[in-house]
Amino acid sequence: MHIVVCIKQVPDTKNVRIDPDTHTLVRQGVESIINPFDLFAAEAALRLKDRHGAKITVITMGPPQAETALREVMARGVDEAVLLSDRAFAGSDTWATATALAAAVKKLNPVDLVICGKQAIDGDTAQVGPEMATFLDFPQAACVKSLDLADQHHLQITRQTDEGTEVWKLPLPALITVVKDVGEPRVPSIKHKLRAKKAAIPVWGAADLELAPEQVGLAGSFTQVVRVFSPPRRSDRILLEGDATQQAEQLYDLLKAAKVPGI
Amino acid sequence: MNYFLSEEQEMIRDLAEQIATERIRPVRAELDEREEFPWEIMKDLAQSDLFGIYIPEEYGGLGGGILENCVAVEQLARACIGVATSFAASGLGAYPLLLFGSDEQKQTYLTQIASGRRLAAFAVTESGAGSDVSAIQTSARRDGDHYVLNGTKQWITNGGESEIYSVLAITDRSKGPRGASFFIVETGDPGFSFGKKETKLGIRASATRELVFQDCRIPADRLIGREGLGFVIAMKTFDKSRPGIGSLGVGLAQGALDLAVEYARKRVQFGKPIISFQAIQHKLANMAIKTEAARALIYAGARYMDTDPADASKIAAMCKVFASDVAMEVTTEAVQVLGGYGYMRDYPVEKMMRDAKILQIYEGTNEIQRNIIGQELNKEYGRLKRSFF
Ligand SMILES: Cc1cc2nc3c(=O)[nH]c(=O)nc-3n(C[C@H](O)[C@H](O)[C@@H](O)COP(=O)(O)OP(=O)(O)OC[C@H]3O[C@@H](n4cnc5c(N)ncnc54)[C@H](O)[C@@H]3O)c2cc1C
Ligand SMILES: Cc1cc2nc3c(=O)[nH]c(=O)nc-3n(C[C@H](O)[C@H](O)[C@H](O)COP(=O)(O)OP(=O)(O)OC[C@H]3O[C@@H](n4cnc5c(N)ncnc54)[C@H](O)[C@@H]3O)c2cc1C
Repeated sequence: MHIVVCIKQVPDTKNVRIDPDTHTLVRQGVESIINPFDLFAAEAALRLKDRHGAKITVITMGPPQAETALREVMARGVDEAVLLSDRAFAGSDTWATATALAAAVKKLNPVDLVICGKQAIDGDTAQVGPEMATFLDFPQAACVKSLDLADQHHLQITRQTDEGTEVWKLPLPALITVVKDVGEPRVPSIKHKLRAKKAAIPVWGAADLELAPEQVGLAGSFTQVVRVFSPPRRSDRILLEGDATQQAEQLYDLLKAAKVPGI
Repeated sequence: MNYFLSEEQEMIRDLAEQIATERIRPVRAELDEREEFPWEIMKDLAQSDLFGIYIPEEYGGLGGGILENCVAVEQLARACIGVATSFAASGLGAYPLLLFGSDEQKQTYLTQIASGRRLAAFAVTESGAGSDVSAIQTSARRDGDHYVLNGTKQWITNGGESEIYSVLAITDRSKGPRGASFFIVETGDPGFSFGKKETKLGIRASATRELVFQDCRIPADRLIGREGLGFVIAMKTFDKSRPGIGSLGVGLAQGALDLAVEYARKRVQFGKPIISFQAIQHKLANMAIKTEAARALIYAGARYMDTDPADASKIAAMCKVFASDVAMEVTTEAVQVLGGYGYMRDYPVEKMMRDAKILQIYEGTNEIQRNIIGQELNKEYGRLKRSFF
């Protein structure tokens, strides 16, 4: 089985600020981390590998520095990595990103399973995975919380929805996006770290993926950013403190004071 | 300070620190409160390859030495020495095999220990034999191609949790110091069971338990080295392991210093952060001096120990005694810097102070370490046959 894991380097949102004038992220001096959901994607792949054996390739599209993120994932046991990096990729929206990632999956063929995170904590769209599946013509399941092979050719998954949980069997090859329930990401290991440090990581550009310049980057993007703004801060908030019982009592009093019907 | 670690040593340090920060620190108070063995963390450590640091590559380890082990133990200890002791005790149990085991024994057991699939433990102490190891009563009688063990070991770290035990027993009482031998006993061997699990002042995440041998039959090939080598193996093992106890002390002291400085910068009394009071500054300065001095001794001592020197026992004892005394002093002062908050279970420093005490007791009390150093000095100067007057 060959599994491809897609990871994205994102700014550590714990320390991120929004520029009040441009309304964009202030990226200077902010540490890059691996999108947290993507570590769970890698863990899901590693658990399949532990159980059934597999080759795992991790890919990311990003600037040359994104290579460190790839090595970090390899240090947890992922076999190989490919970096998609090219000036032509700059300015990609989710469509253009998914176009490049899907082309890379095709180049890595045969691929049985692609695993993405549920969403990136910066862009936050949760579109890249489903778009890739569409481009690849793979069956897909988003927000997967547990998974295992049903048989040689099928993956059985449980997914989280607002209504509850759903259980599906997907024919392989397939694409899934995962949530944190798939299992706590393992710690790196020294042996894998040493291997990751020495590993040669190929860098593929648009030409390697046989994509025309107008298919990727800003040129290949449909998203037009018309206006970006910071929503006004809401000041009418109350933070309840104390244990659950105390909080419930306070909440009751507040609702009562607000004359909520039925209380 | 820069101790000029190699790239690989830094990698080991950073990974141990990551595990300490992400996996140990968040749960240490709970493990302490519940006196619970940290199995989840042991699994993380197994995954990380750290159990194999000092084990040769041919047995699945990383092929490092005492320095690499100390570097890792220090980082784990910075978060919790209960957890770090559980980790280090597996190494203590492995050393008799590493130093004197046959190739088959190493192949069987060291590979398991290196992968962290099974933990090891080291069993010498008995109710009547603490500092005086020669007073042990546990016996091993040869019976055909088996040995039969009888006796009770007390206060064995990782007892009941590990599955591989290096056990010291008397094989020939008439031979005195040459009459003891080391054996490997495995969980599940007939006649081997666990007795009382102790409740303790500190390192409560670490398991301390009695081992009971009642006509415990083990195959003769479980003997480590030869009959009669028991005390030699014990002493050589301690030479290897005592710098590691020192690094438990350095890590613990550093952990307490980290908290004390951070707290002193924030706590305001009389309108000022308490770090602006000279009395507090001097306390912190002394804590920092002692911690750094202990670290310098451990790193230099561990490096030296990796060259198999003739005066290993003296240096190993110095590492153990100095760093454990520093840990006791620094953690006690850390509680003082935090004042009443330091005394409360809500803050981690009271646990550090409770934990520190064990470092002056186990693996040979600090009095015994000073005896060793004193005796070695006496011999060394006796051999010099010259005067400095
Ligand atoms: C309002 C808005 C404005 C935007 N403006 C711009 C803009 O001005 N310029 C611009 O360049 N982009 C812009 N974008 C695009 C966006 O920032 C990302 O670049 C987009 O490609 C990825 O979408 P996401 O971060 O929402 O990922 P999601 O779709 O949330 O990510 C889901 C999963 O897909 C995978 N994935 C996502 N990205 C990558 C990657 N690069 N490599 C590998 N795997 C990946 C990961 O597994 C991830 O967990 C904008 C998006 C929005 C919503
Ligand atoms: C939590 C814990 C974990 C342990 N883990 C292990 C383990 O994994 N394996 C194992 O084999 N043992 C283990 N031990 C036992 C430990 O090594 C002994 O407790 C230690 O060696 C001291 O023995 P004792 O407690 O019997 O003290 P004693 O020997 O009775 O000593 C009592 C006091 O007298 C002093 N003293 C004794 N003899 C002398 C002397 N000749 N000169 C000066 N002072 C002296 C001691 O320093 C001490 O202060 C553990 C103990 C504890 C508490």
